[in-house]
Amino acid sequence: MIQVNNLSKIYNNGVKVLNIANLEIPKGESFGLVGNNGAGKTTFFSLLLDLIQPSSGFIKNNDIQVNTSEAWKPFTAAFIDESFLIGYLTAEEYFYFIGDLRHQNKADIDALLKKHEDFFNGEIIGKKKYLRDLSKGNMKKVGIIAALIGNPEVVILDEPFANLDPTTVNRLKKIIKELADNPDVTVLVSSHDLVHTVEVCTRIVALHKGEVVKDIQTSEETLKELEAFFAV
Amino acid sequence: MLKHFIRLEWKSFFRSASFGTNVVLKVFMGLMALYFIGIFLVLGFGIYPMLKDKGLNPFTAVNKFLIYYFVVDLVIRYFMQKMPVTNIRPLLTLPIKRNTIVHFTLGKTSISFFNLLHAFFFIPFSIMLMLHDNAVSHVILWHLGVVGIIYMNNYINVLLNNKDSVFYSVLVVVAGCGLAQYYKVFDVTTYTAPFFEGLYTTPYLFIIPIMAAVAAYYFAFNFFKNNLNLDEGLAKKSVEAKTEDFNWLNQFGTLGTFLKNDIRMIKRNKRPRGTVVASIVFIFYGLLFFTNKIEAYNNPTMQVFGGIFVSGGFLLNFGQFVPSWDSAYYQLMMSQNISYKEYLSSKWWLMVIATLISTLLASFYLYFGWQVYLLIVVGAIYNIGVNSHIVLLGGAFNKSAIDLTARKAFGERQAFSFKNVLIALPKILVPMGLYSLGYFIFNPMIGCLFVAIAGVLGFAFRNFMFGKIEKIYKSEKYATIAAYKQNN
Repeated sequence: MIQVNNLSKIYNNGVKVLNIANLEIPKGESFGLVGNNGAGKTTFFSLLLDLIQPSSGFIKNNDIQVNTSEAWKPFTAAFIDESFLIGYLTAEEYFYFIGDLRHQNKADIDALLKKHEDFFNGEIIGKKKYLRDLSKGNMKKVGIIAALIGNPEVVILDEPFANLDPTTVNRLKKIIKELADNPDVTVLVSSHDLVHTVEVCTRIVALHKGEVVKDIQTSEETLKELEAFFAV
Repeated sequence: MLKHFIRLEWKSFFRSASFGTNVVLKVFMGLMALYFIGIFLVLGFGIYPMLKDKGLNPFTAVNKFLIYYFVVDLVIRYFMQKMPVTNIRPLLTLPIKRNTIVHFTLGKTSISFFNLLHAFFFIPFSIMLMLHDNAVSHVILWHLGVVGIIYMNNYINVLLNNKDSVFYSVLVVVAGCGLAQYYKVFDVTTYTAPFFEGLYTTPYLFIIPIMAAVAAYYFAFNFFKNNLNLDEGLAKKSVEAKTEDFNWLNQFGTLGTFLKNDIRMIKRNKRPRGTVVASIVFIFYGLLFFTNKIEAYNNPTMQVFGGIFVSGGFLLNFGQFVPSWDSAYYQLMMSQNISYKEYLSSKWWLMVIATLISTLLASFYLYFGWQVYLLIVVGAIYNIGVNSHIVLLGGAFNKSAIDLTARKAFGERQAFSFKNVLIALPKILVPMGLYSLGYFIFNPMIGCLFVAIAGVLGFAFRNFMFGKIEKIYKSEKYATIAAYKQNN
């Protein structure tokens, strides 16, 4: 589904923040990206969403080169950070707005919200609050569910586990696993948290200073292997 | 302790986002400050002989209107003077006494430009008074009283901050007094003037304003201190949100989706609301042109200028910041299923609708003759046909993010680049030229016709222009995202 070819990102000051020679993510895979701060996780996702320009190479999303065509947008959804939220909208308005853009009708959205009712834990819908006034954790919940609107084939979530309470983390894991079980949906998740990532992903890639240093199919030993790698 | 505070202030001033990058803006702000200082100085020295020439007693006349001076001062402060609360949060958990923090923040407001500016009027005026046979000691006492009132205003403003209801009711009362005085129903100055006179004639009366200033400081101090908690005074104000569907816009498809959002944005954020206020002000701006009160405006070329402004307030103010209005969530827009064309045309429609409404509202100009209103209608046609595209084109190069929630537009980093100025010129100059051409060669009607034809022609090029703007959006995409990210 996603092919990375000689991709690199170098900033003006000559710092190479990402350098991936070759990476192939097949359709239906749940792909976990782990690494320390500055490893290049967000940079990779930003390149995948064509928010920054690659210094060399390219990414193809379903055979569409992302920085030359926009045809990948209809089947790709992402939540990177709060800048994906529109602060002056209420949660419902935001969901319907994204729904409109993804050609979903109101009933589709209502059904999706109903399905994830317990994920919201009664703190989002009908709360008479603009998104900018929500707590960080609740903002994240809104962003994650919004990324599921319109049954996208590629779902990109940057640090979805951060800022969430333990119960919500478990509910989120369930949601991601459910997505991963769908053979048509490719999920890309990044995280600092090795345990969570190992649990929901079938394949894990570790980045270190922009380079791929581990690429493993998840198994019993994966967590140990990763923990050993990141040990101090 | 003070040393640390001052050092922090110094850094926050010189490293602030609005100061750091744009040299042009720095110079511009400096010039503005100098301009105001200059005006106040000229007024301070000049008002004495000026009033004398008109056969008035300058001191009495000034005392009479001093009450309005101070009210206007308070209004300007309310809108422009920043409350220094934002820097307090990180200090709360440090070992600093609360009293120290509050004294310092209040003290900081005391040396603001809004206080110092008055010195440039009152000091020269006091000197003039002394030079014209007024008792030096009494002038000094009067002066002290005035200083007391200025500082009272300063601290009252601290107390008033964000209390819109109080502020606007005061404003209504004062405006009422002003009108009553104008129509000679009731003259509030007959009650206030003796007080200001008294500051001069009665020794020690100046103590009252000084005491008032001290009292205002005391109340402001207590108010601040009691609210120095993250959940009270320093909390982010959040209003109860209402979900608004605007279902009637659904029939316009994706265009409606964007229009809905833009309407919500304007309704719910302070900065965009400001553009609506500005457009109303612009409607009345035309009065200066069409009542022939101001000589410089009293010629055909300038009248077109007025015509463009009356209907174009919203268009000019809103359009120049497309797409900056969406800067906070620009990454979302860029990764969503959005075509630039639909995005642009929704903004375009918004501007067109606002222009049409402004034109309708401006129909009271018919009072000044149908020729005047014709100029406004022609201006609206030009605005819709040509200017709407020009502002969108200019906005495409605009890389400054807008903080939607910021209340004060003052000190914000504006799009101040040579490119923008260049793009902005035809907005006004072309219709002025076209009209003058028709006016002087043929007659005013032909002049109007020329401008209108230009507008209609511009309309015909809409798709072409959108294509061009779209290209700019695409080529500037990464730079724009990066710039917005930096500012947020």
